[in-house]
Amino acid sequence: MNDSVLMLTIMAAIGLGTPIVFATVGEILAERSGILNLGVQGMMLFGAVVGFWATFQTGSLWLGVFLAVVAGAAISVIHAFNSVTLRVSQIVSGLALTIFGTGVAIFIGRAGASPLVGRPSREIFEPIFPQSLADIPLVGPLIFGHDALVYLSWVIVAIASYYLFHTRPGLTVRAVGEDPASAEAAGINVSRVRYIHVMLGGALAGLGGAYFSLALVPSWQDNPIGSAGWIAIALVILASWRPWRALWVAYLFGAAGRVNFTFQTLEINIPSNLLAMLPFLLAIVAMLILASGKRARLLGAPEALGVPYFREER
Amino acid sequence: MPDQDQSSATPAVELRNIDKSFYGVFANADVDFSLAKGEVHALLGENGAGKSTLCSVMAGLYRPDSGEMLFDGKPMVFKSPKDAYAAGVGMVYQHFRLVSNLTVAENLALGNPEVGLRLSQGQLEAEAKELGERYDFPVDPSARIWQLSVGQQQRVEILKLLYRDAKILILDEPTAVLTPQEGEALFRAMRMLADEGRSLIFVSHKLQEVKAVSDRVTVLREGRVVGAANTDDAEPRDLARMMVGKDLVLPTRKPNESVGDEVLVIEDLVVEDDRGLDAVDGLSISVRAGEVVGIAGVSGNGQRELAQGIVGLMKVKSGSVRLNGTDVTKKSVLAKIKSGIAYVPQSRLGMGLAPGLTTEDNLALKQYREPPYSNGPLLSAAAFGRRGAELIEEFDVRGVRPGLPIRLLSGGNLQKALIAREVVQDHSVLIARSPTRGLDVGATADVRDHILAERDRGIAVLLISEDLDELLALSDRLVVIYEGRIVGEMPASEATAERLGLLMSGEREDQSA
Repeated sequence: MNDSVLMLTIMAAIGLGTPIVFATVGEILAERSGILNLGVQGMMLFGAVVGFWATFQTGSLWLGVFLAVVAGAAISVIHAFNSVTLRVSQIVSGLALTIFGTGVAIFIGRAGASPLVGRPSREIFEPIFPQSLADIPLVGPLIFGHDALVYLSWVIVAIASYYLFHTRPGLTVRAVGEDPASAEAAGINVSRVRYIHVMLGGALAGLGGAYFSLALVPSWQDNPIGSAGWIAIALVILASWRPWRALWVAYLFGAAGRVNFTFQTLEINIPSNLLAMLPFLLAIVAMLILASGKRARLLGAPEALGVPYFREER
Repeated sequence: MPDQDQSSATPAVELRNIDKSFYGVFANADVDFSLAKGEVHALLGENGAGKSTLCSVMAGLYRPDSGEMLFDGKPMVFKSPKDAYAAGVGMVYQHFRLVSNLTVAENLALGNPEVGLRLSQGQLEAEAKELGERYDFPVDPSARIWQLSVGQQQRVEILKLLYRDAKILILDEPTAVLTPQEGEALFRAMRMLADEGRSLIFVSHKLQEVKAVSDRVTVLREGRVVGAANTDDAEPRDLARMMVGKDLVLPTRKPNESVGDEVLVIEDLVVEDDRGLDAVDGLSISVRAGEVVGIAGVSGNGQRELAQGIVGLMKVKSGSVRLNGTDVTKKSVLAKIKSGIAYVPQSRLGMGLAPGLTTEDNLALKQYREPPYSNGPLLSAAAFGRRGAELIEEFDVRGVRPGLPIRLLSGGNLQKALIAREVVQDHSVLIARSPTRGLDVGATADVRDHILAERDRGIAVLLISEDLDELLALSDRLVVIYEGRIVGEMPASEATAERLGLLMSGEREDQSA
């Protein structure tokens, strides 16, 4: 039963969806504070290469994860500085960050006399519970069949959701994203809130990137993450800026990544390239929605998303 | 210094030599100000006199360029409103600082360090309710801000300050958005707060309000303090002179001599707002040539949708707009302009004028497609300059500097430029929304003159305003709207502020003729 097509698809969906969960929740935090960060792809790739490199050097998976998180947060400061302090266009700055992060990741992967490219991983995240537990029908794989980072992603989703909707700092974030002028008048440091949440977004994107390089792919390539960063930005809208919904839609996309294989097994004939294209179609539609402020707000986007805030404007 | 308080009590606030400028223009210069504990202190001055800036400085929103601020005798520097809150200073801004998608209770909790880390919606709402009842300010704590009326939103703003136990409350033009009846309720609450020992700063440019509610008054003009007095000792005429700097008489309206045919006829107009609700809900009205029809109503009762529906900026859901007998309901904005609708919108910068363009460019914005501005596909810079200079001269727009963006002009000059542009084109209807809002007395007089001149040359004027003084000064006929519908109509001779105020608050008249 645990080997049924459905179960295999679900497990693959969780595996492929987990990095997107991290990145999507991160982007939700940033966007809830009013900052649109299109640099997710770049931050993820940077986290992926730093995580892979650190684990390759030291053999410690957790050190890899930790440095990937730090790397993601660090590179996101560029965007925070551009959009909060300099108040430049967030779209331009975010795109630049993606280009920069991608370039840096490829460079790090290829630099030096013995580059990382093509090297197999020294360590990889494995399921943490014994196989005997995972063999329990149905619930076994679903509950006990995952590696540590999958469980971490669940914890992060739960914390992010509780934080946003049931704590005072969470209320602060939502207020800053909706109406920074009012938030500031209520005594909130808008810039600080935005910096912090852009960096949290970067940290989670870095973590998502590391999941690719430390759990999903067996060796370093120029781009181990595909277009997961773009998908994550699109999913923020599908999740209507809510962490729990982000979990489900990310898994849905994980399943889409597996759907070729599933369809083949079930002998359904749809050209695989067509299916592989679907996520990108959705990403494009999502970008269009984000770019047309009014429509995005109807879907629940923070009122001030993407709008630079300047206190003494008059 | 006149009228120095001799009592030994330390003032709640003392300002010394406060300077604040924006882009090199002084908003406050060398301001001294003192607020005693338990008093209501009016800051009186025309718009642009620096009242709001001074308040924002006290509330920590702006930092003064120089000068000293003492709160309860201690010198303070506020880096942000947060510091001001910590010192017990809170402000109700002219444009409310409420997050409209959050609930009343959430807005009260926002940024308040005394609310625990964990939010309990139920507890917050209970506290908000209790606080509202204590000050006779009932509001539904679970309502979202956008669901509330403007008057209710103002209560939330005040409750927000009381929730933090602010000792010094600054109210920036609080009555501007209220009906006269709501204004009186506000004054009662202000007296109650002062009796509790709190100090209130009340900003206004209306003398009778200052007389009604304040203990002391400080008058500002052009960013400077020009006088301070106990309100009871101050003669309204003296205060007015201090405020304006000279004696000024507003033009008195002569009744319109001849009214012509119906020019603008609106029938059963329905216009949706951004939320998809019918903000204008089956409204019919007609304006004749040489007549000013004033539309009175509390802000947010369909004024914006009515104006924008007529001029084509918002889609008309049903009903019709006819101009000189022709149906123009579905015409484009440009077609409507060409068929003779002139429009003075409420926001001068942004909707009325392009802030970043020069004055000359702005003056040409509706006519640049035609000669002399353009010659085929090419624009004539010389024509822009020449025609611009003529209009600037004719309409007395001051402060224009060549090549600099129009946003650097003062409100009154912006409005004069805007009116100049609108009335020089061929038109038979003028739609004006709150044309003298925020203008000083001199500019107000000029703008009113222009509007009355329009009327006298046979233009049909539709004046949509929330300011009863403005409406009563200009209109020949008054129509009151409430929730997008007409609730009363009367000739100017029968209109009083009280009667209009009652209708504006949604009360139907017992027996209308």
